[in-house]
Amino acid sequence: MKQVFGRPDALTDVPTHYCPGCTHGIIHRLVAEVIDELGVRERTIGISPVGCAVLAYDYFNCDFVEASHGRAPAVATGIKRVLPDSVVFCYQGDGDLASIGAAEIVHAATRGEKITVIFVNNAIYGMTGGQMAPTTLPGQRTTTSPRGRDVESAGYPIRVAELLSSLSGVAYIARVSATSPANVTKAKRAVRKAFEMQIDGKGFSLVEFLSTCPINWGMSPLEAMKWVDEKMSLYYPLGDYTQVPEVG
Amino acid sequence: MGEKVLMKGNEAIAEAAILAGCRHFFGYPITPQNEIPEYMSRRMPEVGGVFLQAESEVAGSNMVYGAACAGARVMTTSSSPGISLMQEAISYMAGAELPCVLVNIVRGGPGLGGIQGSQADYFQATKGGGHGDYKLIVLAPSSVQELMDLTITAFDLADMYRNPVMILGDAILGQMMEPVILKERPKQDLPPKTWATVGAKMRPKNVITSLSLDPVKLEKHNLRLAEKYKRVADEQVRYKTYMADDAETLLVAYGTCARIAQAAVDIARERGLKVGLFRPISLWPFPYDALQLTAQESLRVLVAEMSLGQMIEDVRLAILDSKPVCFYGRTGGMTPTPREVLDEIEKIVEEGI
Repeated sequence: MKQVFGRPDALTDVPTHYCPGCTHGIIHRLVAEVIDELGVRERTIGISPVGCAVLAYDYFNCDFVEASHGRAPAVATGIKRVLPDSVVFCYQGDGDLASIGAAEIVHAATRGEKITVIFVNNAIYGMTGGQMAPTTLPGQRTTTSPRGRDVESAGYPIRVAELLSSLSGVAYIARVSATSPANVTKAKRAVRKAFEMQIDGKGFSLVEFLSTCPINWGMSPLEAMKWVDEKMSLYYPLGDYTQVPEVG
Repeated sequence: MGEKVLMKGNEAIAEAAILAGCRHFFGYPITPQNEIPEYMSRRMPEVGGVFLQAESEVAGSNMVYGAACAGARVMTTSSSPGISLMQEAISYMAGAELPCVLVNIVRGGPGLGGIQGSQADYFQATKGGGHGDYKLIVLAPSSVQELMDLTITAFDLADMYRNPVMILGDAILGQMMEPVILKERPKQDLPPKTWATVGAKMRPKNVITSLSLDPVKLEKHNLRLAEKYKRVADEQVRYKTYMADDAETLLVAYGTCARIAQAAVDIARERGLKVGLFRPISLWPFPYDALQLTAQESLRVLVAEMSLGQMIEDVRLAILDSKPVCFYGRTGGMTPTPREVLDEIEKIVEEGI
């Protein structure tokens, strides 16, 4: 019998620790499928963040490094500069990338580091128990914004894809979600393109996933998917954000 | 015998790294060590290496972490406030057992402090600095030639023990010029980096992490690190003595301060005072036993430092109250003169300490 679907080689055969309804699992699979399809598993090095995906090295079946909080793009830079023929990807959450690691992501992007960043934005600190993130929506309740994010005091959420797209070192940026089969298909296409940009030496690439956190959002998995589609996507529109300005 | 050239301390460090086979340098400008990144930016492309100016010391030290993961000989250099920013990566690298060379051209602190030479980062370098149970190998050169030789040694020790190694200099050593002999080092017999994350080709994947959520496992890991540190302490103690055999007053000083102390010894000897010098070169591992032995016949010990007194705590641990341990120091980037040290020697001798 012909096998039409299976576990990608780039994923290990272990259950993940992710919560029910969280899309980390889907995103892991998409990245692993792309690594398989491009045939680069044996020259891929992943970097996991501090946050929910800290143990991503247990789930991906390729060489992996665990970075300190927010520094994955700097660690990736070090690896890629030593091994220019390798495929290096960072897997980061919103607290890791957009808060404590804001400097590292901006500078890796503007240097045009030939790395790929998978940015998982679920608008909250998941691992530490649901505190306000740099991407928490205005009015959104978290354990450190119990009355809802007050932009007067806490400021506004950061739109990472838009922010980084202004930098000349960027080859490709897209914002996607994994809330429906159609969105998953689009997301995979974006992940593949991001890896291809790196392999072709075009520059920095990043795919921002709008992701779910049913546990800390206090929603069912289905409600969480709906919230991504109806609320998050309004503040963070899906699409292609690549705009490499020509510099004379 | 290699070529003899006149070099600035900072440049000697940079060229030594090249001689040691370092082809990756990540750093951020800070006075008084800017000659190192400047030299590297010029020199690395000539030897097919990589120079990258990071956006911060935090990022630069994490680039070092990444390059070390990929199996490269890698270095970063900075000065006191910048080294404080690197403590996160240093702790992670010690935990993940990554070899690298770090150079601290120390300036006066605390805070932004000043830019003159200082030895006030001794505690930070030798007692931790970052979080957790770990040790850096810390080497303290006292001449431009030693900056060069110990930098090369540092790369070998880093690879040998899979541990970060720090060169603890200061602004004076970094800025002064002295003749040095450039010499290639014979290739050391070092363990292959089978642990490096270079792509899982024809082997199971390698993972580099300092995370260990199970305390049983973390304790086991730390105990294994402790065994390694003990091995380093047994094998890598370095020090020098000067006229110490019959010294009634034994000076203990390292780095720049040891040069000043040595000049004080010479003047003291001319005046008939039996003064000698013990100079620790490895600050960690500290030469406790050698110092205790050297000081055995002395009546008193005088520690001289360019700080309010930091190494003196290790000297006391070595001497164990068997004789008086006195201190003379200048702080904030001030440098003691040989005359000041001599005055202190004469004072304690006169007071019958």
